[in-house]
Amino acid sequence: MKPIERSSGGAGAPAHVVSRRAFLRGLGTAAVTAAATSTAAVAAEMEKAGGEATVGPGEVPLEFVLNGKPVRTAAEPRETLLDVLRARFGLTGAKEGCDRGTCGACTVLLDGKPIYACMRLALEVAGASIETIEGQSLAGGLSPVQAAFVKHDALQCGFCTPGFVMTTTALLRANPTPTEAEVRRACSGHLCRCGSQPHIIRAALAAAGVATTTTSTADSLRHDHA
Amino acid sequence: MPEWPKDPKYIGKSTPRVDGAKKVSGAAKYAHDVQPEGCLYGVVLRSRWAAAKITSIDLAPALKVRGVKAAILVREGSRQVRYYGDELAAVAATSKRAALDALRAIKVVAEPQPHVVKEHLAARPDAPRVFAETPNTGAGRERKQGDPDKGFAEADVVVEGLYATQVEIHQPMETHGGVASFKDGELTAWHSTQGISGVRDGLSGALELPQNKVRVLGEFMGGGFGSKFSAGVEGLLAARLSQAAGAPVRLMLTRFDESLAVGNRPSTFQKIRVGARADGTLTAFSMESYGCAGYAAGGPSAGGSTNSGFPAPYIYRVPNFRTRHTEVSIHAGPAAAFRAPGCPPASFGIESILDELAVKLGIDPVELRIKNDPMELRQRQYRMAAERFGWAAKYRKPGSSSGPVKTGVGCAGSAWRVPGGGTQAEIEVSPDGSVEIRCGTQDLGTGTHTVIAVVAAELLGLTPADIQVRIADSRFPPSGASGGSMTVTSVTPAVFDVCTKAIEELMRTSGLADVRGPQWRAACRKLGVSPLVLQGRWIDGLSAAGTGGVQMAEVEVDTETGFVRVKRVTCVQDAGLLVNELTARSQANGGIMMGIGYALYENRVMDSTSGVMLNPNFETYKLPGIADVPEIDVAFMDLLERRVMGIGEPVTIPTASAIANAVANAIGARVTSLPITPDKVLAALGKVPGAARDNPHDAWMSLFATQPA
Repeated sequence: MKPIERSSGGAGAPAHVVSRRAFLRGLGTAAVTAAATSTAAVAAEMEKAGGEATVGPGEVPLEFVLNGKPVRTAAEPRETLLDVLRARFGLTGAKEGCDRGTCGACTVLLDGKPIYACMRLALEVAGASIETIEGQSLAGGLSPVQAAFVKHDALQCGFCTPGFVMTTTALLRANPTPTEAEVRRACSGHLCRCGSQPHIIRAALAAAGVATTTTSTADSLRHDHA
Repeated sequence: MPEWPKDPKYIGKSTPRVDGAKKVSGAAKYAHDVQPEGCLYGVVLRSRWAAAKITSIDLAPALKVRGVKAAILVREGSRQVRYYGDELAAVAATSKRAALDALRAIKVVAEPQPHVVKEHLAARPDAPRVFAETPNTGAGRERKQGDPDKGFAEADVVVEGLYATQVEIHQPMETHGGVASFKDGELTAWHSTQGISGVRDGLSGALELPQNKVRVLGEFMGGGFGSKFSAGVEGLLAARLSQAAGAPVRLMLTRFDESLAVGNRPSTFQKIRVGARADGTLTAFSMESYGCAGYAAGGPSAGGSTNSGFPAPYIYRVPNFRTRHTEVSIHAGPAAAFRAPGCPPASFGIESILDELAVKLGIDPVELRIKNDPMELRQRQYRMAAERFGWAAKYRKPGSSSGPVKTGVGCAGSAWRVPGGGTQAEIEVSPDGSVEIRCGTQDLGTGTHTVIAVVAAELLGLTPADIQVRIADSRFPPSGASGGSMTVTSVTPAVFDVCTKAIEELMRTSGLADVRGPQWRAACRKLGVSPLVLQGRWIDGLSAAGTGGVQMAEVEVDTETGFVRVKRVTCVQDAGLLVNELTARSQANGGIMMGIGYALYENRVMDSTSGVMLNPNFETYKLPGIADVPEIDVAFMDLLERRVMGIGEPVTIPTASAIANAVANAIGARVTSLPITPDKVLAALGKVPGAARDNPHDAWMSLFATQPA
């Protein structure tokens, strides 16, 4: 089978590749039930229903650019980009926190834009450029965003951190001097249960060289308590 | 008596976390990320019924799916399930896809039974029973002090109220689970846990393996908040699957699993009565309360305080009180220890009614607390917080701000008292001067790695970067679980001990009068070819328990939409002797953020008809996010003489109470149950046609009607 080619320009899915949502939307209840037992049956059902060319259900060759280097692999149409990055490339920096596009821990950059890797079928990124957290400090040192996250302790357990770093990186490339409101908006698709958001705001602004606002001030009152 | 250095270079200052670079670069490997050669993918099959008798589970069709290497039952034979999400079976396969295909192929035959998932319905005598042999409500526990009747008779005013708190779910970003690998009769488990020793003991016990054949590792873990003390059903299933398949197995729960089955903070229902003199002095307190820890107190994944009890009248001095607490069981997932178990619900009840009392007496809420708080330190904290926050200018008569968006302020206090101990550590000093400290503790994100490096650097006269910290390996000298805010109080005295011993030994071998700092390398060279390895243990006198804190919150409430926004939070926290200010500040911010979630958003929603949890995901179980970040002002009281203390739990206790009081102050009406959602705000304002102002209470009142007080 020929590798799927990605349509040029934009981050959208090529017309002949079906997104996870469109896949479900396009199927009737009967077909969804069938999915429980036979992916081949679903493929047949889809072809019948939509008249579109289908791929799979087995593995399909896939090529894209990963952290600046062209890579070749194969993936089943139902595999997410996140699963392919983690299982087939061993890149475990992007985390699975929810597997349904709500926590942001799996965020990677697709042609420079932050996306939830758990909500992208791997085959959709054919021909595209994917950046992961592992690609951010290739020269051995930390990027300015990473260094600011460490300096301002914008993390605790660290599980959500790669996602926040990727989104902040994308934000600062597009908008090198964001306001605090813009940082909040950019990071609004990320969850952090340790509650490190106050320091994340501070780190993002510091990485941009923007003066820190009033969010999260602190004093240590040694012998000054009487 | 050992003493901390008086003029420290690193202790109490801000050191960026020593493992920060790994965490920001994706290099930190969590249990979630460990991929040994040939690792299989494990998944758990869960009950679709809230209550049922499982008569048979056929794994054969699953084993026929291509790529499946093992399928096992959680328990053999016929069994009872008591909640939607109860574990039934598990599968390991060569890929996630194959594992999920296999899960769907398993055939389960069950006889569904009646269920009950609401506390007030479960308390009825005719309710379906969670355990056939016992009623859903326990006998209740009573506590009494002084003469409550006399205390109420002496009161000039008496205030009554009914307060309720919801079930909150831990939701760490990394779900529960890990990777288990059997090789040559030994088990290695990379587990996402707050207690590697406990997981080791749990796995060895359940699998009947000698403890020296089980190794548990967890250098990085993605949050626990009290829910990750044990191996859990998932940890045991991963190990059994690995045994059955002869290959390593990774079994991490899905977010759906995580929401249902691995712990939560119990709900509470508190009917409180408080009596006071006209000057605000409390004379009497009585409380009848119910709490629900799911299908049973404790549970397979639970650890620590897993029942629904809570302290009352919490931090306040009341000479006469009577409390009675009763547990209610429902068909829902079990509770587990959750950041300051019992305290946030306890705080919500007492702090709410104290503000009601303050309004009735016309006394400033801060003054009322200072009058009745027996802790002198916290009395000072109220004054400090009031000054930082600008309380005097901000506090006004409830509901008196003009316009549709009203502002209000509230305050609340906290206490926490768990002493540390039970930790051993080891130091290895090499002839080249390098230092490694090994300790079987773990880092939940609180900064244990960094705290150890800071203490060792301080004592040895080195820099934190010079110290190689190795933790979270059950082969290292043992330490306890990280709970009760006692990691720092348990670990730092043991590190102090090994460093002190290393200095003494180096002085002896080198003949130098001082081996620290500039002399360190020269002294170490005298070791010759063998490194110096020494063990030490927790020693008394360096850490303490009994911290206090105060928080104040300012909110904006839109009286047209019911939406609440937290504008500012001031936190004054006794931090004992602060070890690392930067990471402590992160913990305080985190406690406040978690408190905002508890106050405004988080709630497990159960459906009576189906017995199912309706919001087992992040779309509908709402966590606070970056948009919710208020202006936060944290002031640590850093007092050398108070010795090292943990603050991770106390910093989250008063936040929700302070916010709830601020909302009541803003709108002049009280939302008496958490979370304070817009619908409740509008109902409290009388803006919901046909709805009572305290609508949920109609149902909850039946709880108190079913049992004699």
